[in-house]
Amino acid sequence: MDIDYQSKVSSVVNEIKPSAIRRFFDLANEMKGEVISLSIGEPDFVTPWNIREAGIFSLEDGYTHYSPNQGYIEVRKAISEYLERRFSLKYDPKSQILVTVGGSEALDLIARAMINPGDEVIILEPCFVAYRATVTLARGIPVVIETKEEDEYKLTPEALEAAITDKTKYIILGYPGNPTGATMTRDDLAKIRDVLVRHPNVFVVSDELYSELSYTGERPASIANFPELYDRTIVVNGFSKSFAMTGWRIGYMAGPAPLLVAMNKVHQYCIMSSPTTAQYAVIEACRNGDKEVEEMRDEYNRRRRVIVQGLKDAGLTCFTPTGAFYAFPSITNSGLTSEQFCERFLMEKKVAIVPGNAFGECGEGHVRISYAASMENIMEAMKRLKEFMQELKDGSVK
Amino acid sequence: MLNRIELLKLIEHNARISISELAVMLGVTEDEIAAELETCKKENVILGYSTVINWEKTEREPVTALIEVRITPQRNQGFDKIASQFYRYPQVSSCYLMSGGFDLMLIIEDSTLREVANFVSDKIAPLEGVISTSTHFILKKYKSNGTLFEQKQIDDREAIVL
Repeated sequence: MDIDYQSKVSSVVNEIKPSAIRRFFDLANEMKGEVISLSIGEPDFVTPWNIREAGIFSLEDGYTHYSPNQGYIEVRKAISEYLERRFSLKYDPKSQILVTVGGSEALDLIARAMINPGDEVIILEPCFVAYRATVTLARGIPVVIETKEEDEYKLTPEALEAAITDKTKYIILGYPGNPTGATMTRDDLAKIRDVLVRHPNVFVVSDELYSELSYTGERPASIANFPELYDRTIVVNGFSKSFAMTGWRIGYMAGPAPLLVAMNKVHQYCIMSSPTTAQYAVIEACRNGDKEVEEMRDEYNRRRRVIVQGLKDAGLTCFTPTGAFYAFPSITNSGLTSEQFCERFLMEKKVAIVPGNAFGECGEGHVRISYAASMENIMEAMKRLKEFMQELKDGSVK
Repeated sequence: MLNRIELLKLIEHNARISISELAVMLGVTEDEIAAELETCKKENVILGYSTVINWEKTEREPVTALIEVRITPQRNQGFDKIASQFYRYPQVSSCYLMSGGFDLMLIIEDSTLREVANFVSDKIAPLEGVISTSTHFILKKYKSNGTLFEQKQIDDREAIVL
Protein backbone atom coordinates (compact mmCIF):
# COMPACT_ATOMS: atom_id res chain seq x y z
CA MET A 1 0.00 0.00 0.00
CA ASP A 2 1.28 3.42 -0.88
CA ILE A 3 1.33 5.79 2.01
CA ASP A 4 1.22 9.50 1.36
CA TYR A 5 3.80 10.54 3.91
CA GLN A 6 3.72 14.11 2.74
CA SER A 7 0.14 14.44 3.92
CA LYS A 8 1.29 13.35 7.37
CA VAL A 9 3.74 16.23 7.66
CA SER A 10 2.27 19.30 9.33
CA SER A 11 1.46 22.19 7.07
CA VAL A 12 3.76 24.50 8.97
CA VAL A 13 6.75 22.21 8.45
CA ASN A 14 5.82 21.86 4.80
CA GLU A 15 5.84 25.62 4.64
CA ILE A 16 9.55 25.68 5.37
CA LYS A 17 11.21 25.61 1.99
CA PRO A 18 14.23 23.45 1.37
CA SER A 19 17.42 25.48 1.21
CA ALA A 20 17.85 27.36 -2.05
CA ILE A 21 21.30 25.88 -2.37
CA ARG A 22 20.58 22.24 -1.63
CA ARG A 23 22.12 21.08 -4.89
CA PHE A 24 25.31 22.96 -4.14
CA PHE A 25 25.26 21.48 -0.64
CA ASP A 26 25.27 17.94 -2.04
CA LEU A 27 28.08 18.76 -4.43
CA ALA A 28 30.23 20.29 -1.69
CA ASN A 29 29.60 17.27 0.52
CA GLU A 30 30.75 14.91 -2.21
CA MET A 31 33.97 16.85 -2.62
CA LYS A 32 34.72 17.18 1.09
CA GLY A 33 38.34 16.29 1.76
CA GLU A 34 39.58 17.27 -1.70
CA VAL A 35 38.82 20.95 -1.37
CA ILE A 36 39.76 23.93 0.74
CA SER A 37 36.66 24.72 2.80
CA LEU A 38 35.92 28.36 3.46
CA SER A 39 32.29 27.35 3.76
CA ILE A 40 32.10 26.46 7.42
CA GLY A 41 30.34 28.58 10.02
CA GLU A 42 32.21 27.22 12.98
CA PRO A 43 35.68 27.81 14.41
CA ASP A 44 38.53 25.68 13.07
CA PHE A 45 40.07 25.90 16.55
CA VAL A 46 39.49 23.06 18.97
CA THR A 47 37.99 24.00 22.35
CA PRO A 48 40.78 25.33 24.62
CA TRP A 49 42.28 22.54 26.69
CA ASN A 50 41.40 23.89 30.15
CA ILE A 51 37.73 23.95 29.11
CA ARG A 52 37.83 20.45 27.65
CA GLU A 53 39.54 19.24 30.80
CA ALA A 54 36.82 20.71 33.02
CA GLY A 55 34.32 18.61 31.07
CA ILE A 56 36.49 15.52 31.43
CA PHE A 57 36.90 16.05 35.19
CA SER A 58 33.14 16.30 35.62
CA LEU A 59 32.76 12.93 33.89
CA GLU A 60 35.50 11.40 36.02
CA ASP A 61 33.74 12.64 39.13
CA GLY A 62 30.49 11.06 37.99
CA TYR A 63 28.48 14.17 37.18
CA THR A 64 26.33 12.46 34.59
CA HIS A 65 22.79 13.37 35.67
CA TYR A 66 20.13 15.91 34.71
CA SER A 67 20.71 19.42 35.88
CA PRO A 68 17.90 21.73 36.99
CA ASN A 69 15.88 22.82 33.93
CA GLN A 70 17.37 26.31 33.89
CA GLY A 71 20.90 24.96 34.29
CA TYR A 72 23.06 24.57 37.40
CA ILE A 73 23.04 27.71 39.52
CA GLU A 74 26.87 27.65 39.43
CA VAL A 75 26.73 27.88 35.65
CA ARG A 76 24.19 30.70 35.69
CA LYS A 77 26.32 32.57 38.23
CA ALA A 78 29.39 32.14 36.05
CA ILE A 79 27.46 33.40 33.02
CA SER A 80 26.09 36.33 34.99
CA GLU A 81 29.59 37.34 36.11
CA TYR A 82 30.91 36.92 32.60
CA LEU A 83 28.17 39.10 31.05
CA GLU A 84 28.79 41.83 33.57
CA ARG A 85 32.58 41.69 33.24
CA ARG A 86 32.71 41.58 29.45
CA PHE A 87 29.59 43.46 28.34
CA SER A 88 28.43 45.46 31.36
CA LEU A 89 25.14 43.52 31.32
CA LYS A 90 23.53 42.72 34.66
CA TYR A 91 21.33 39.66 35.02
CA ASP A 92 20.21 37.86 38.14
CA PRO A 93 21.47 34.27 37.90
CA LYS A 94 18.43 32.96 39.81
CA SER A 95 15.73 34.36 37.58
CA GLN A 96 17.13 35.99 34.46
CA ILE A 97 19.35 33.36 32.84
CA LEU A 98 18.33 30.13 31.12
CA VAL A 99 20.99 27.70 29.91
CA THR A 100 20.03 26.24 26.53
CA VAL A 101 21.26 23.78 23.93
CA GLY A 102 23.14 26.37 21.92
CA GLY A 103 21.85 29.73 20.76
CA SER A 104 19.58 27.90 18.30
CA GLU A 105 17.43 26.43 21.04
CA ALA A 106 17.12 29.85 22.61
CA LEU A 107 15.82 31.30 19.33
CA ASP A 108 13.27 28.50 19.09
CA LEU A 109 12.13 28.87 22.71
CA ILE A 110 11.63 32.59 22.26
CA ALA A 111 9.53 32.04 19.14
CA ARG A 112 7.39 29.33 20.70
CA ALA A 113 6.93 31.10 24.01
CA MET A 114 6.13 34.52 22.58
CA ILE A 115 4.46 34.23 19.19
CA ASN A 116 0.72 33.92 18.64
CA PRO A 117 -0.39 32.86 15.15
CA GLY A 118 -0.22 35.87 12.88
CA ASP A 119 2.23 37.85 15.01
CA GLU A 120 4.96 39.49 13.01
CA VAL A 121 8.66 39.19 13.71
CA ILE A 122 11.13 41.46 11.97
CA ILE A 123 14.26 39.79 10.68
CA LEU A 124 17.16 41.40 8.87
CA GLU A 125 18.29 39.51 5.79
CA PRO A 126 20.79 38.29 4.73
CA CYS A 127 20.96 36.45 8.05
CA PHE A 128 21.43 33.20 9.89
CA VAL A 129 18.91 30.72 8.48
CA ALA A 130 17.26 29.78 11.79
CA TYR A 131 15.67 33.21 12.33
CA ARG A 132 13.06 32.76 9.64
CA ALA A 133 12.48 29.07 10.33
CA THR A 134 11.90 29.40 14.07
CA VAL A 135 9.37 32.17 13.48
CA THR A 136 7.55 30.18 10.79
CA LEU A 137 7.44 27.04 12.94
CA ALA A 138 5.84 29.06 15.72
CA ARG A 139 3.22 30.22 13.18
CA GLY A 140 4.51 33.75 13.18
CA ILE A 141 5.04 35.84 10.10
CA PRO A 142 8.62 36.81 9.27
CA VAL A 143 8.80 40.38 8.05
CA VAL A 144 12.04 40.91 6.20
CA ILE A 145 14.11 44.04 6.18
CA GLU A 146 16.80 43.77 3.55
CA THR A 147 19.96 45.34 4.90
CA LYS A 148 22.25 46.79 2.28
CA GLU A 149 25.91 46.80 1.50
CA GLU A 150 25.95 50.61 1.20
CA ASP A 151 24.67 50.78 4.80
CA GLU A 152 27.38 48.28 5.84
CA TYR A 153 24.51 45.86 6.47
CA LYS A 154 23.37 47.87 9.46
CA LEU A 155 19.74 48.25 10.36
CA THR A 156 18.68 51.82 9.64
CA PRO A 157 16.10 53.57 11.84
CA GLU A 158 14.04 54.41 8.73
CA ALA A 159 13.80 50.79 7.63
CA LEU A 160 12.84 49.70 11.12
CA GLU A 161 10.18 52.38 11.47
CA ALA A 162 8.67 51.34 8.13
CA ALA A 163 8.56 47.65 9.08
CA ILE A 164 6.87 48.00 12.46
CA THR A 165 3.11 47.38 12.54
CA ASP A 166 0.69 46.83 15.41
CA LYS A 167 1.28 43.10 14.90
CA THR A 168 5.05 43.29 15.44
CA LYS A 169 6.02 41.08 18.39
CA TYR A 170 9.78 41.39 18.29
CA ILE A 171 12.74 42.09 16.09
CA ILE A 172 15.78 39.82 15.85
CA LEU A 173 19.08 41.67 15.73
CA GLY A 174 22.12 39.58 14.87
CA TYR A 175 25.30 41.62 15.25
CA PRO A 176 28.14 40.87 14.70
CA GLY A 177 26.41 39.13 11.84
CA ASN A 178 26.47 35.90 9.91
CA PRO A 179 26.92 35.99 6.88
CA THR A 180 27.96 39.63 6.47
CA GLY A 181 30.46 40.20 9.29
CA ALA A 182 28.70 43.49 10.04
CA THR A 183 28.62 45.03 13.51
CA MET A 184 26.60 47.86 14.97
CA THR A 185 28.29 50.39 17.21
CA ARG A 186 26.76 51.94 20.27
CA ASP A 187 25.86 55.02 18.22
CA ASP A 188 24.17 52.90 15.54
CA LEU A 189 22.19 51.07 18.21
CA ALA A 190 21.20 54.34 19.87
CA LYS A 191 19.33 55.30 16.69
CA ILE A 192 17.47 51.99 16.81
CA ARG A 193 16.68 52.60 20.44
CA ASP A 194 15.12 55.94 19.55
CA VAL A 195 12.73 54.20 17.17
CA LEU A 196 11.89 51.43 19.61
CA VAL A 197 11.17 53.88 22.39
CA ARG A 198 8.25 55.06 20.25
CA HIS A 199 6.96 51.48 19.97
CA PRO A 200 6.76 50.14 23.52
CA ASN A 201 5.13 46.86 22.47
CA VAL A 202 8.02 45.72 20.30
CA PHE A 203 10.55 43.46 21.98
CA VAL A 204 14.13 42.86 20.92
CA VAL A 205 15.91 39.54 20.57
CA SER A 206 19.60 40.28 20.35
CA ASP A 207 21.59 37.34 18.99
CA GLU A 208 25.09 38.03 20.28
CA LEU A 209 26.77 34.70 19.54
CA TYR A 210 29.68 36.48 17.85
CA SER A 211 29.95 39.25 20.42
CA GLU A 212 33.54 38.36 21.36
CA LEU A 213 34.58 38.44 17.73
CA SER A 214 34.58 42.14 17.01
CA TYR A 215 37.49 43.92 15.33
CA THR A 216 36.48 47.53 15.66
CA GLY A 217 38.85 48.04 18.58
CA GLU A 218 36.02 48.86 20.97
CA ARG A 219 33.98 46.49 23.08
CA PRO A 220 30.90 45.40 21.13
CA ALA A 221 27.78 47.11 22.38
CA SER A 222 24.56 45.29 23.25
CA ILE A 223 21.21 46.93 22.76
CA ALA A 224 20.39 45.69 26.26
CA ASN A 225 22.94 48.20 27.56
CA PHE A 226 20.30 50.91 27.03
CA PRO A 227 18.17 51.23 30.19
CA GLU A 228 15.12 52.12 28.04
CA LEU A 229 15.30 48.73 26.34
CA TYR A 230 16.74 46.46 29.02
CA ASP A 231 13.29 45.34 30.19
CA ARG A 232 12.18 44.27 26.73
CA THR A 233 15.34 42.76 25.36
CA ILE A 234 16.31 39.10 25.40
CA VAL A 235 20.00 38.52 24.86
CA VAL A 236 20.88 35.24 23.19
CA ASN A 237 24.46 34.13 23.50
CA GLY A 238 26.53 30.99 23.73
CA PHE A 239 29.94 29.46 23.72
CA SER A 240 30.04 27.93 20.25
CA LYS A 241 31.70 30.72 18.31
CA SER A 242 33.78 32.67 20.78
CA PHE A 243 35.03 29.69 22.78
CA ALA A 244 35.15 27.23 19.88
CA MET A 245 32.59 24.94 21.55
CA THR A 246 30.13 24.19 18.74
CA GLY A 247 29.88 20.46 19.38
CA TRP A 248 29.17 20.85 23.09
CA ARG A 249 25.78 22.37 22.24
CA ILE A 250 25.51 24.95 24.95
CA GLY A 251 24.26 28.52 24.99
CA TYR A 252 21.95 30.69 27.03
CA MET A 253 19.50 33.52 27.05
CA ALA A 254 19.24 36.39 29.51
CA GLY A 255 16.25 38.65 29.87
CA PRO A 256 13.13 39.60 31.84
CA ALA A 257 12.32 37.01 34.53
CA PRO A 258 8.60 36.54 33.71
CA LEU A 259 9.43 35.76 30.10
CA LEU A 260 12.11 33.30 31.11
CA VAL A 261 9.51 31.44 33.16
CA ALA A 262 7.54 31.03 29.93
CA MET A 263 10.62 29.96 27.97
CA ASN A 264 11.47 27.46 30.66
CA LYS A 265 8.06 25.80 30.24
CA VAL A 266 8.88 24.98 26.64
CA HIS A 267 12.46 24.11 27.47
CA GLN A 268 11.58 21.64 30.22
CA TYR A 269 9.23 19.65 28.01
CA CYS A 270 11.37 19.44 24.91
CA ILE A 271 14.93 19.48 26.24
CA MET A 272 14.68 18.92 30.01
CA SER A 273 18.12 20.42 30.61
CA SER A 274 21.32 21.25 28.75
CA PRO A 275 24.12 18.67 28.63
CA THR A 276 25.65 18.35 32.08
CA THR A 277 29.22 17.83 30.83
CA ALA A 278 28.99 20.99 28.74
CA GLN A 279 27.67 22.95 31.72
CA TYR A 280 30.71 22.04 33.79
CA ALA A 281 32.96 23.00 30.92
CA VAL A 282 31.43 26.45 30.52
CA ILE A 283 32.00 27.36 34.15
CA GLU A 284 35.69 27.14 33.27
CA ALA A 285 35.12 28.97 29.98
CA CYS A 286 33.42 31.91 31.72
CA ARG A 287 36.03 32.19 34.44
CA ASN A 288 39.31 31.25 32.75
CA GLY A 289 38.77 31.63 29.04
CA ASP A 290 39.63 35.27 28.32
CA LYS A 291 43.19 34.68 27.17
CA GLU A 292 42.30 31.96 24.67
CA VAL A 293 39.34 33.95 23.38
CA GLU A 294 41.61 36.91 22.83
CA GLU A 295 44.24 34.83 21.03
CA MET A 296 41.61 33.34 18.72
CA ARG A 297 40.15 36.78 18.06
CA ASP A 298 43.58 38.18 17.17
CA GLU A 299 44.16 35.32 14.76
CA TYR A 300 40.72 35.80 13.15
CA ASN A 301 41.51 39.48 12.82
CA ARG A 302 44.75 38.76 10.94
CA ARG A 303 42.94 36.34 8.66
CA ARG A 304 40.24 38.94 8.09
CA ARG A 305 42.82 41.40 6.83
CA VAL A 306 44.34 38.76 4.54
CA ILE A 307 40.88 37.91 3.13
CA VAL A 308 39.93 41.52 2.55
CA GLN A 309 43.23 42.15 0.75
CA GLY A 310 42.83 38.91 -1.22
CA LEU A 311 39.33 39.87 -2.38
CA LYS A 312 40.58 43.27 -3.44
CA ASP A 313 43.49 41.69 -5.34
CA ALA A 314 41.05 39.35 -7.08
CA GLY A 315 38.96 42.31 -8.21
CA LEU A 316 35.90 41.74 -6.01
CA THR A 317 34.29 44.52 -4.06
CA CYS A 318 33.65 43.78 -0.43
CA PHE A 319 32.31 45.75 2.46
CA THR A 320 35.01 45.45 5.14
CA PRO A 321 33.69 43.08 7.77
CA THR A 322 34.18 44.17 11.38
CA GLY A 323 32.97 41.11 13.26
CA ALA A 324 32.29 37.35 13.29
CA PHE A 325 34.47 35.37 10.86
CA TYR A 326 32.89 36.03 7.49
CA ALA A 327 33.39 38.22 4.45
CA PHE A 328 30.46 38.77 2.11
CA PRO A 329 31.84 40.12 -1.17
CA SER A 330 29.78 41.00 -4.22
CA ILE A 331 30.38 38.75 -7.22
CA THR A 332 28.11 40.53 -9.69
CA ASN A 333 31.04 41.68 -11.82
CA SER A 334 31.71 38.00 -12.61
CA GLY A 335 28.48 37.88 -14.60
CA LEU A 336 27.46 34.75 -12.71
CA THR A 337 24.77 34.06 -10.13
CA SER A 338 25.92 33.28 -6.61
CA GLU A 339 25.29 29.60 -7.07
CA GLN A 340 27.00 29.43 -10.48
CA PHE A 341 29.96 31.27 -9.07
CA CYS A 342 30.31 28.93 -6.09
CA GLU A 343 29.78 25.82 -8.16
CA ARG A 344 32.38 26.77 -10.74
CA PHE A 345 34.86 27.93 -8.11
CA LEU A 346 34.37 24.59 -6.37
CA MET A 347 34.77 22.49 -9.50
CA GLU A 348 37.52 24.49 -11.18
CA LYS A 349 39.55 25.67 -8.22
CA LYS A 350 38.60 23.22 -5.48
CA VAL A 351 37.58 25.86 -2.96
CA ALA A 352 34.19 25.71 -1.21
CA ILE A 353 32.37 28.93 -0.32
CA VAL A 354 28.65 29.54 0.18
CA PRO A 355 26.23 31.27 -2.22
CA GLY A 356 24.81 34.39 -0.61
CA ASN A 357 21.20 33.51 -1.43
CA ALA A 358 21.40 30.74 1.18
CA PHE A 359 20.90 33.55 3.70
CA GLY A 360 17.87 35.16 2.09
CA GLU A 361 16.95 36.20 -1.42
CA CYS A 362 18.70 39.54 -1.07
CA GLY A 363 21.99 37.68 -0.56
CA GLU A 364 21.97 36.89 -4.29
CA GLY A 365 24.96 38.48 -5.98
CA HIS A 366 27.15 37.77 -2.99
CA VAL A 367 29.08 34.84 -1.54
CA ARG A 368 29.97 34.07 2.05
CA ILE A 369 33.61 33.33 2.70
CA SER A 370 34.43 32.03 6.16
CA TYR A 371 37.85 32.70 7.60
CA ALA A 372 37.48 30.03 10.25
CA ALA A 373 40.24 28.21 8.38
CA SER A 374 44.01 28.09 8.62
CA MET A 375 46.02 31.05 7.36
CA GLU A 376 47.76 28.72 4.93
CA ASN A 377 44.45 27.61 3.40
CA ILE A 378 43.14 31.16 3.27
CA MET A 379 46.20 32.37 1.40
CA GLU A 380 46.04 29.49 -1.06
CA ALA A 381 42.29 30.04 -1.59
CA MET A 382 42.81 33.74 -2.26
CA LYS A 383 45.49 32.89 -4.82
CA ARG A 384 43.06 30.55 -6.57
CA LEU A 385 40.29 33.15 -6.40
CA LYS A 386 42.50 35.62 -8.21
CA GLU A 387 43.26 33.04 -10.91
CA PHE A 388 39.58 32.19 -11.17
CA MET A 389 38.55 35.81 -11.63
CA GLN A 390 41.28 36.31 -14.23
CA GLU A 391 40.16 33.21 -16.14
CA LEU A 392 36.54 34.37 -16.07
CA LYS A 393 37.64 37.70 -17.47
CA ASP A 394 39.73 36.08 -20.19
CA GLY A 395 36.94 33.65 -20.94
CA SER A 396 39.60 30.93 -20.90
CA VAL A 397 37.43 28.50 -18.94
CA LYS A 398 34.03 27.40 -20.11
CA MET B 1 49.57 51.02 14.99
CA LEU B 2 52.04 48.19 14.82
CA ASN B 3 51.93 45.97 17.89
CA ARG B 4 55.48 44.74 18.51
CA ILE B 5 54.43 41.83 20.72
CA GLU B 6 51.91 40.61 18.16
CA LEU B 7 54.56 40.81 15.42
CA LEU B 8 57.13 38.95 17.53
CA LYS B 9 54.65 36.23 18.49
CA LEU B 10 53.81 35.68 14.84
CA ILE B 11 57.40 35.27 13.69
CA GLU B 12 58.32 33.29 16.78
CA HIS B 13 55.81 30.73 15.58
CA ASN B 14 56.67 31.00 11.89
CA ALA B 15 59.81 32.91 10.95
CA ARG B 16 59.14 32.41 7.26
CA ILE B 17 56.11 34.68 6.93
CA SER B 18 57.20 37.32 4.43
CA ILE B 19 57.26 41.01 5.21
CA SER B 20 54.44 41.65 2.75
CA GLU B 21 52.29 38.94 4.38
CA LEU B 22 53.03 40.32 7.83
CA ALA B 23 52.03 43.79 6.65
CA VAL B 24 48.63 42.53 5.45
CA MET B 25 47.99 40.44 8.56
CA LEU B 26 48.78 43.29 10.91
CA GLY B 27 47.17 46.02 8.82
CA VAL B 28 50.31 48.18 8.48
CA THR B 29 52.75 48.98 5.67
CA GLU B 30 55.68 46.82 4.64
CA ASP B 31 58.05 49.64 5.52
CA GLU B 32 56.75 49.69 9.08
CA ILE B 33 57.30 45.94 9.42
CA ALA B 34 60.82 46.14 7.97
CA ALA B 35 61.74 49.04 10.24
CA GLU B 36 60.39 47.32 13.33
CA LEU B 37 62.27 44.10 12.56
CA GLU B 38 65.46 46.10 12.07
CA THR B 39 64.95 47.89 15.39
CA CYS B 40 64.30 44.57 17.13
CA LYS B 41 67.57 43.21 15.76
CA LYS B 42 69.49 46.29 16.86
CA GLU B 43 67.98 46.07 20.33
CA ASN B 44 68.90 42.38 20.55
CA VAL B 45 65.21 41.53 20.88
CA ILE B 46 65.47 39.35 17.79
CA LEU B 47 68.63 37.28 18.03
CA GLY B 48 68.18 34.96 15.08
CA TYR B 49 65.78 32.77 13.16
CA SER B 50 65.84 29.01 13.64
CA THR B 51 63.91 26.04 12.36
CA VAL B 52 62.06 23.47 14.43
CA ILE B 53 63.36 20.10 13.26
CA ASN B 54 62.29 16.66 14.32
CA TRP B 55 65.68 14.99 14.06
CA GLU B 56 64.17 11.63 14.90
CA LYS B 57 62.67 11.55 11.42
CA THR B 58 66.13 11.84 9.84
CA GLU B 59 68.98 9.35 9.71
CA ARG B 60 70.84 11.31 12.39
CA GLU B 61 70.00 10.35 15.93
CA PRO B 62 71.52 12.87 18.29
CA VAL B 63 70.52 12.92 21.93
CA THR B 64 69.42 15.89 23.96
CA ALA B 65 70.79 16.10 27.49
CA LEU B 66 69.80 18.43 30.31
CA ILE B 67 72.67 18.86 32.77
CA GLU B 68 71.96 20.35 36.17
CA VAL B 69 75.08 21.86 37.71
CA ARG B 70 75.53 23.01 41.29
CA ILE B 71 78.36 25.50 41.66
CA THR B 72 80.00 27.77 44.19
CA PRO B 73 79.55 31.40 43.17
CA GLN B 74 82.79 33.33 42.78
CA ARG B 75 83.66 36.52 44.58
CA ASN B 76 82.60 39.65 42.63
CA GLN B 77 81.49 37.63 39.66
CA GLY B 78 78.67 35.52 41.04
CA PHE B 79 77.68 32.81 38.62
CA ASP B 80 78.46 34.71 35.43
CA LYS B 81 82.12 33.80 35.13
CA ILE B 82 81.64 30.08 35.53
CA ALA B 83 78.56 30.14 33.30
CA SER B 84 80.67 31.69 30.55
CA GLN B 85 83.11 28.81 30.86
CA PHE B 86 80.23 26.47 30.03
CA TYR B 87 78.34 28.35 27.35
CA ARG B 88 81.43 28.92 25.22
CA TYR B 89 81.35 25.24 24.28
CA PRO B 90 79.49 25.01 20.96
CA GLN B 91 77.72 21.81 21.98
CA VAL B 92 75.97 23.71 24.79
CA SER B 93 72.89 24.99 22.98
CA SER B 94 71.30 26.65 26.02
CA CYS B 95 72.59 27.76 29.39
CA TYR B 96 70.32 29.12 32.13
CA LEU B 97 70.81 30.29 35.71
CA MET B 98 68.06 28.66 37.72
CA SER B 99 66.27 29.13 41.00
CA GLY B 100 65.75 26.02 43.11
CA GLY B 101 67.86 22.98 43.90
CA PHE B 102 70.68 23.64 41.44
CA ASP B 103 72.29 26.64 39.79
CA LEU B 104 72.95 26.20 36.09
CA MET B 105 71.00 24.28 33.51
CA LEU B 106 72.95 23.30 30.41
CA ILE B 107 71.22 21.84 27.40
CA ILE B 108 73.33 19.79 25.03
CA GLU B 109 71.93 19.03 21.63
CA ASP B 110 73.32 17.40 18.55
CA SER B 111 75.71 15.03 20.39
CA THR B 112 75.89 11.30 20.89
CA LEU B 113 75.49 9.62 24.27
CA ARG B 114 79.24 9.05 24.51
CA GLU B 115 80.04 12.65 23.62
CA VAL B 116 77.74 13.90 26.37
CA ALA B 117 79.28 11.51 28.90
CA ASN B 118 82.78 12.64 27.96
CA PHE B 119 81.80 16.29 28.03
CA VAL B 120 80.42 16.00 31.55
CA SER B 121 83.31 13.98 32.96
CA ASP B 122 86.12 15.81 31.13
CA LYS B 123 84.92 19.39 30.90
CA ILE B 124 82.23 20.11 33.47
CA ALA B 125 82.87 18.03 36.57
CA PRO B 126 86.59 18.85 36.97
CA LEU B 127 86.07 22.62 36.80
CA GLU B 128 86.86 24.49 39.97
CA GLY B 129 83.69 25.60 41.65
CA VAL B 130 81.53 22.76 40.37
CA ILE B 131 80.01 20.94 43.34
CA SER B 132 77.99 18.32 41.49
CA THR B 133 76.27 17.51 38.19
CA SER B 134 73.18 15.55 37.32
CA THR B 135 72.57 14.59 33.69
CA HIS B 136 69.15 13.78 32.21
CA PHE B 137 68.55 12.51 28.70
CA ILE B 138 65.39 13.29 26.76
CA LEU B 139 63.69 10.07 25.72
CA LYS B 140 60.96 11.46 23.52
CA LYS B 141 59.94 14.93 22.41
CA TYR B 142 56.20 15.51 22.51
CA LYS B 143 56.29 19.27 22.18
CA SER B 144 59.15 21.69 21.76
CA ASN B 145 59.06 25.50 21.48
CA GLY B 146 55.28 25.35 21.25
CA THR B 147 55.31 22.89 18.38
CA LEU B 148 53.72 19.46 18.72
CA PHE B 149 55.88 16.63 17.42
CA GLU B 150 52.91 14.31 17.16
CA GLN B 151 50.37 14.10 14.34
CA LYS B 152 48.37 17.20 13.59
CA GLN B 153 44.69 17.51 14.42
CA ILE B 154 42.39 16.48 11.57
CA ASP B 155 39.58 18.74 10.45
CA ASP B 156 36.40 16.80 11.24
CA ARG B 157 33.98 19.61 10.43
CA GLU B 158 31.08 19.25 8.00
CA ALA B 159 31.56 20.50 4.42
CA ILE B 160 29.14 23.40 4.82
CA VAL B 161 27.82 24.93 8.01
CA LEU B 162 25.52 27.90 7.55
